[in-house]
Parts: sequence; C-alpha cells; structure tokens
Amino acid sequence: MTGPSRSPDGATINFTFDGRPLKARAGDTLAAALLANGIGLVGRSFKYHRPRGIMTAGIEEPNALVTVGEGGRAEPNTRATDVFVYEGLVARSQNRWPSLSFDLGAVFGLFSKALPAGFYYKTFFGPAKLWLVYEWFIRRAAGLGNAPQEADPDRYSQRAAFCDVLVVGGGPAGLQAAVDAADAGKRVILVEQDAELGGSLLRDPHDLGPDWTSTMAARIRDAGGTILMRTTASGYWEHDLVTLVQRITEPGQVPTDGTAQRLWHVRAGKVILATGCIERPIAFAHNDRPGVMLSQAVRTYVRRFGVLPGKRVVIATNNDDAYLTAQTLSDAGAEVVAILDARSALSATASEAQGRFTVHTNAVPKAATGGMHQLKSVKATVSAQDVSYDADLLAVSGGFTPVTHLHMQAGGTLDFSDEAQAFVAAECRQNVETIGSAANPPAALPLALHGDPKTSFVDFQNDVSIADIDLAWAEGYRSVEHLKRYTTLGMATDQGKTSNMAALARLAERQHASIPDAGLTTFRPPYTPVTMGLLAGRNHRDAGAHVRRLALWNQHQAAKPIWQPAGYWMRPRAFPRNGEDLATSARREAQTVRSAVGMTDVSSLAKFEVSGPDAAKFLEMICATSVAKLAIGRGRYTFMLREDGLVFDDGTVWRLDENRYLLTSSTGGADRMATHISYVRQVLHPELRVSAVNVQEHYAGIAVAGPLAKAALSAMIGTEPPRHMSLASATLAGVPVLLLGASYSGERAFEIYVEATHGAPVWAACETALAERGGCTYGLEAMEILRIEKGHVVVSGEVDGRLSPHDLGLAGMLNKAGGYVGEAGLSRPALAAPGRLQLVGLESLGGPIPEGSMLTLEKGVGAQGHVTAAAYRVMSGDPIALALLTDGRSRTGEELIASSPTRNQYVRVRVTAPHFYDPAGERYRD
Amino acid sequence: MMLIPCPHCGPRAQAEFVYERTLDSVVALDAGADDAMNSLFTRTNPRGVDEELWRHTYGCRAWMAVRRHRVTHEIESVQPVGPEALP
Ligand SMILES: [Zn+2]
Repeated sequence: MTGPSRSPDGATINFTFDGRPLKARAGDTLAAALLANGIGLVGRSFKYHRPRGIMTAGIEEPNALVTVGEGGRAEPNTRATDVFVYEGLVARSQNRWPSLSFDLGAVFGLFSKALPAGFYYKTFFGPAKLWLVYEWFIRRAAGLGNAPQEADPDRYSQRAAFCDVLVVGGGPAGLQAAVDAADAGKRVILVEQDAELGGSLLRDPHDLGPDWTSTMAARIRDAGGTILMRTTASGYWEHDLVTLVQRITEPGQVPTDGTAQRLWHVRAGKVILATGCIERPIAFAHNDRPGVMLSQAVRTYVRRFGVLPGKRVVIATNNDDAYLTAQTLSDAGAEVVAILDARSALSATASEAQGRFTVHTNAVPKAATGGMHQLKSVKATVSAQDVSYDADLLAVSGGFTPVTHLHMQAGGTLDFSDEAQAFVAAECRQNVETIGSAANPPAALPLALHGDPKTSFVDFQNDVSIADIDLAWAEGYRSVEHLKRYTTLGMATDQGKTSNMAALARLAERQHASIPDAGLTTFRPPYTPVTMGLLAGRNHRDAGAHVRRLALWNQHQAAKPIWQPAGYWMRPRAFPRNGEDLATSARREAQTVRSAVGMTDVSSLAKFEVSGPDAAKFLEMICATSVAKLAIGRGRYTFMLREDGLVFDDGTVWRLDENRYLLTSSTGGADRMATHISYVRQVLHPELRVSAVNVQEHYAGIAVAGPLAKAALSAMIGTEPPRHMSLASATLAGVPVLLLGASYSGERAFEIYVEATHGAPVWAACETALAERGGCTYGLEAMEILRIEKGHVVVSGEVDGRLSPHDLGLAGMLNKAGGYVGEAGLSRPALAAPGRLQLVGLESLGGPIPEGSMLTLEKGVGAQGHVTAAAYRVMSGDPIALALLTDGRSRTGEELIASSPTRNQYVRVRVTAPHFYDPAGERYRD
Repeated sequence: MMLIPCPHCGPRAQAEFVYERTLDSVVALDAGADDAMNSLFTRTNPRGVDEELWRHTYGCRAWMAVRRHRVTHEIESVQPVGPEALP
C-alpha cells in the first residue's frame, strides 16, 4: 500500500482523517477511501497499541475502528468498513497518544508482558495498593474510542411491522427467496446491512447479467414488498420477533429530517436467513499487521471499489476460493508472488491455476514483517522449508464461518461440517430457515499454527493471541466459557466474529477433542453494536418517566412552589414567600398549621370506590383492620398487609352508603395497591358481588388543617362541617364536594374532595377563606415535619416492607375475626420473636439528628437500628426523629448515638414514644 | 418478546402484559401458615412448562392463566381468570 492505486478521477467527496483533508468516490466505504489514499495505518490495538490496518471489507472488521463525527454526534468504535463516505465526514483514529504514527503506548513494548491473559483477575487478587498503580496505567493505555461528552442532537425513532416472510441478506440467495415469496403473494420485508444489494455479486464474477439485482429488487417492490437498506437484523427474540436497526444517515452525518436511525420490531411469519459467511484469518506471527487482509476483502476492494490494496501479493489459503482473488489481482495488474496452499494435494482449481501462478502445496505463512504502514515480507514454510517473499500485501483465507447468529438467538442448534471446518445451522424451534452460502459454506482444511504464538493473534480487537489461550489452558481453564472470560476472547465490540473458530480449534487441540466437543459460547443480541440513543428512542429527557400533573397544577404554578417528585406525580414541596429558602418556608408553613390554618393538595392519594353487596366482605380481605362495623357516614384508619404478613400500605376507609365505601392509600403505592385490589378481586375471590373502581384521578383533594380549619370551612359551606372521622356532602363555591373529617398533621382537619375538573374554584375559595384567618398553603416538606411530630408513619419511610403491624405498634388494630390477606403470614413465629425493629421516637441531646443515620450504643460500635425521618418540634425547633430500633418499645429513656460516619456527624439521642404532639388526640375534638 | 394470545384481545406483544406470579404461588385466604409460606417461598420453578398468572395491563387489564415453557417460551394455552371465567 504505497499510494493511490486508482486514478483520482471521480473522487469528488471531501473527508478528513486525523485532520488530513482527503477525497473519496461516491459509494466508497471509509476503508476503501483510506486505502485509495494510500493509508495503511488506521488505528492502534486495544491493549498493546500495535499498529493496525484494514483487514476486512465488512461489519466483522476488528482492526480499523475509528471515531466518526463531531460533538454529540461523534460515534466511537465505528468500523471504517461499515461507514459510507459523505461530504464533510470527519474520522479520527483511536487509542493513540500523542499521534497515530508516534504512539507512546507502543513504545512501551513491555505491554505484552505486562498484560497477559487473566491480567485483570490476577491484579484484583493482588495487594490493593498495586491496583492503584495499575489503574492509572490501564485507564491511560487500554481502551477503544471515547464516548462523546455532549448530548446527541439527533432523533431516533421506533416502528413496529408485520410480515409473512422476513429475508435477512440481499445477496443472490436472499433476493431469490424474497422474489419467490413475493410471487407467492406473501408480505415480504428484505433487509440488507450494506448500502448496495448484491452481496457476493458485488465482489465475484457471475453470469446473472448486469441488471439481475435491480430487476429482482423491482419485482419485490412491485409485489408490495419492502426493501430496507443499511438495515441490520440485530436480534432474534421469542415468537419470531426480529429487531432491525436501520441507518437513515451514516454515523456522524447530520440527518436531513432530524432522524438518524430507526429501530424496527418486526413480527414475522417466517424468517429466511441468507446471511452468508465470514472469512477466517490464519494464525501466524504478526498476522495483525497492516497489509495482512482477508482474501475476499481484497477482491471486494479491487472489483467493487476499484482500489488495489497491494502490488506484490502473497496469498495464503486452505481452500479454493482464494484462487479467485489471485485471478482478480492479476487482472487488475498486481503481481501475485506466490499462492501458499495449506493442502497437501492440488485441488482441481489449484491445478488449473498452476500454469498462471506459482502455487505451493503444504505451504503456510509463518510470519509477516513490515513497517508501521505497510508489509515488507512474508516468511513461510513450504514443504518444511523456510521461504521468504518480498510482498506489500498478504491475502489470507482460513476458510468460511457461516453467519448463524440469528439462528442461534432464535434457539437453534448447530451441526459441525468437517468439510468446511465450520458450524452450520441445524434445527430451530422457531420458524427460521438458513439458505445460501450460510447453509453451504465452501470446503476448507483444518489449519494449525505456524509461528510464534505470542504474536499470532486470534482476537484482534481484544489483543488475544494463541499464547494467551495456551496460558489459560495451562492455568486450568478447560471450558470454552471460562476461556472466553479469562482471556476476554470474543468479548470486544466485534463479538469474536473473526476469532471464535480459531480459538475453538486451539482449545480443541489442547483438549484432544474435536471442535464440536470443545463447545460453543452463547450467541447474544445484538449482532453488531447498537447505539444507545436508538434503544432509548423518544424515551429520554422528560419522556424518560411520565410526569403526571395534578388537577390543580396551574393554581400551584402561579404561586411558584418548589416542586418535588412523588411517585409519578410532581407535588409542591413548599410555597416560599419573599425569597425564603426551603427550610424557612417549610417551617413557616408548619407553624401556620399549628397556630392558625393551612391548606395543601392531597389529590394524588390513591382512591378506590368499592361497592356492591359484598363490599364490606371484600374490604375486610384487603384491609387488616375491621370494616364491617363501620357506621354509614364514618371513617377509620386502616393498613394493608402483603401475603407474608408485613405492612405494605396504609390509608383510610369511609362508608359512604349501605354498600358503598371509599378507600384511600398512599400516593407512591397507588399503582401497587390497584394491582393488589384487582388480584384479590379477579384471582382470589371472583365470586364476590363487588366492584372496585380506581378513582384516584377522578377527584382533586384539598386538606385544610389547623385550629381555625373548622371555622374556615363552616364559613365556606354555611353549615357545620363533619366531626373527626365523619364525612358529609356539601356545596363549596357552588361546587358539590365530599368532606372527610381526617387529619394527618395532628390538627383538626378536613379533606375536601371535588371532581378533578371543578377543583379550581374550590381551591380559590379555600385560599381566600384562609387568607382572612392568617392561613397559608403548605407543601410536602411542612407536611413531613407535621406528621413526624405527630408520629404518623409514611409508606417508604417507616413502612419499608420489612415490618409487621406489631413492629409499627399497630397490632391492637388487627381484625380479630381474621380473613384478611397476610393473616397466615403474620402467624409465623419469627414475626413475634424478640430482636425485631420497632417504631420509636428520638429526642436530641445535641444538635439536629442526621436523617438516615445508624443508631449505635457507642460511637462506631453496636448498631441498634436507624433513623427513618428527622425533623424538629414545629413551634420550639427542638430536634426530634422517628426511628426503627431493635426491641425499641421497651427501651424508652435509653440514650444512643445517631451516627453518620460519612457525614462525620454523631448526635446523642434519647428514646421516646413515637408521638411528640398531642398523643391523646385532644386537638381533634370540637 | 413473546406473542401472547389474550383471551379477550387476541395475540398481542408481551410488552402489553405484566407477569404477575406462578399459579402455585397463589395463597388462598384460608390457607394455613405452613401452606402459605410454602406457596410463597418454596416453589418448584420447573425447567419446563409452568402455569403462570399474567395480566394484560396495557390492554384490557384482564388476568389470565398462561401455560408456558420456561426454556422455549412456547405457550401451550391461555385461560381467562376472573368473574367472567366462572362456570
Ligand atoms: Zn386483553
């Protein structure tokens, strides 16, 4: 590769490589364009920084990895063989420093000794201090491209499709199969990962005529079929679902309509795999040098792209296919120095070629030598004699591996073909068929290694040599799965497409087993790397998680609150005034509730309307407390258990009518509760005459709390509001409302429920009524301080899924008649044994109690529990907390340390009952 | 992604469904403590066909009993569950 090998005519596309302006022809891959510009050195290898060039002409390329594009559009580890040049393409080499030609990593030739197989495992077992030294070195040295720092500016779309026949591969076999299916009236989708249809026809001489490919494509389209170009079938999933990755633009290119790629989910009646074969390299010393190229790739560059990658060429083969490469090179004006055929006897093809070329049998390459950019000579063993050739290109063919990835992802099995020395598709439980050369790979001879194992690479991308496989074997790794993980063989971005068979052959040789007995590793999607943006599709930024807006969102937004996510909802955390910070605002709000009146939005609470003759019976299954004796117009606190007897949610139950109840539970657990209620209804007791409707979003809810709450509400509805734990209907601001006498704050309080679409006037009326009495709105932060002082538990705080009703001090409320979900689980002796965490309160003997801190007997020793929620007494500001403490209820008065070593905070606390405010509930009385 | 034949909606993509639990982990409300704990914590987990409860959560929201091979994902049968499925 000493310079441009084709005339510059027609090279009209401008691109750059490492900043160097270059020209390409339309239709060139980046690899073809680089070769045409005489560039042999394209990248540095992963571990050893060895110079690497272009080895293949397809998606299997392990060496020529580059970063394409700029800014957030940059795509690292792009195969130069799998990107088609476009005007303004910017490509950069990777893993080199300071420059590609002069790389310090390679100057430390010691790498190959420093990073043998299993290096990472061995290092992790070594002294930790040593790892700190290695880490800097490894992070600097090993690696591929860098992920871009900026956000990807492009869009990625997703689409679902259905077809009778999905054909993967647009070569001669795939095109014929697609036409046959289309002619038979089937809905057909044909996918081709290349930018051109034709497959091997683009590379090999054939007698189908020049228009065959376009004629076949037209027949498919005319019959209503779809052909997707630059589209890779990347995954085969259950029930014949295939995911397709469609490149609408090339990597790094600016999309014309904003969309860079599209992910297809195709459910197919049948899948036909015409995926062809991948040619295998040969193992010999320095087989990774620029200038060593796969035989079919050489043909592709000459015939498809008009690029001659070398002028003096040695060909090494174990099969007949490479003779076609010799002829192609010769026709293009290159000198074929010698054909090294590993087979002991001349095949018919080889005999026929002998007149035109120098053909040697029993001939294998032993080493390649050369400079950074090109090959100088090839050393070989010919009938046990050492021979050397001057050559600038070595074309190798170690046989052909059928692309069986999708067949295997579909759950298929493989047969080993002795003739081809390769695995071919056998049975599959899904509706998939393999055709073409993937089903019938060309014959090839088994190949042994000739040359130094240390530089005979098997996995080029991860720098795994024959010596590494031997070392793994010597260290006792016998299974192919262990070999893979120990050496990292086949674990790079190319997933071992060119390497797995050679490694398997070496392992089988060591095991004295046949290749099929040595075993295979699992084929997993994706077939080729998929960019993360495509998988995310539109589910990024704000669309990553759905935000549910409260019915009163506009009213809150006008007050410019601090928002807080709560479950799927955004709820106001505080309503600061005059530049208050969160803490100041929350304390003012909480004090207003204690001393006057406050209002807050409680719309997001879970709400279920349960009705029917069996409504009470049904509720007594869901709730662990008694419901049946609840009078009409009355309500009660309740909690719910999982089947294992532990508390998973709490709320209130209200009897609206003879056979009609309202059940509320926590915001965060709302969806879980909806599923639980449906489960009990549909699965456990479908015979009940009951309806349980989720009315969470039907109602907006406003809580009005404080010593002036009753007066404010009386004024608004013009009548006496309901007593504590009673309900009433009323009209407020001209809107019908349901009033519940319920309190979470510890003050006399009401929950006002109104149809969600009519919430605004009710909220406005409450604001006005409160303003007249010195009241204010309050957010979640004030609510949290108020409930901690009152000692009310909260789901996901104290109710953490590990506690029984007894642990939470709720055992006295359990329904003695039983029959509720969790009753059996609750009877487990372990739940009654000593040593369990119990809910307690804490008073500080020092400063604020660190939330989430451990409770210890002494500083740093004797863990006893942890702080679940910390606050302060609303009026005095004295720090208090709720906590879970081992056998806590019997430890009142004990002093402990609330320890947070990560924050270096240690505070002495005293254990109290978990009620700091009005424990007798006198403030609820009218 | 599997194709699950909902008894009410026909064949639909797995993404519309939620796997809930195996049928043998359903605990009757009157089960004794030992039976309940066995159902919850010591199940068979066969490498073969199992009976499972699925829910068409992003479709008709109905529950169903699915007989599915846990290795091949072959679905032998799907039966409706709930009041409508009562004899
Ligand atoms: Zn359905």
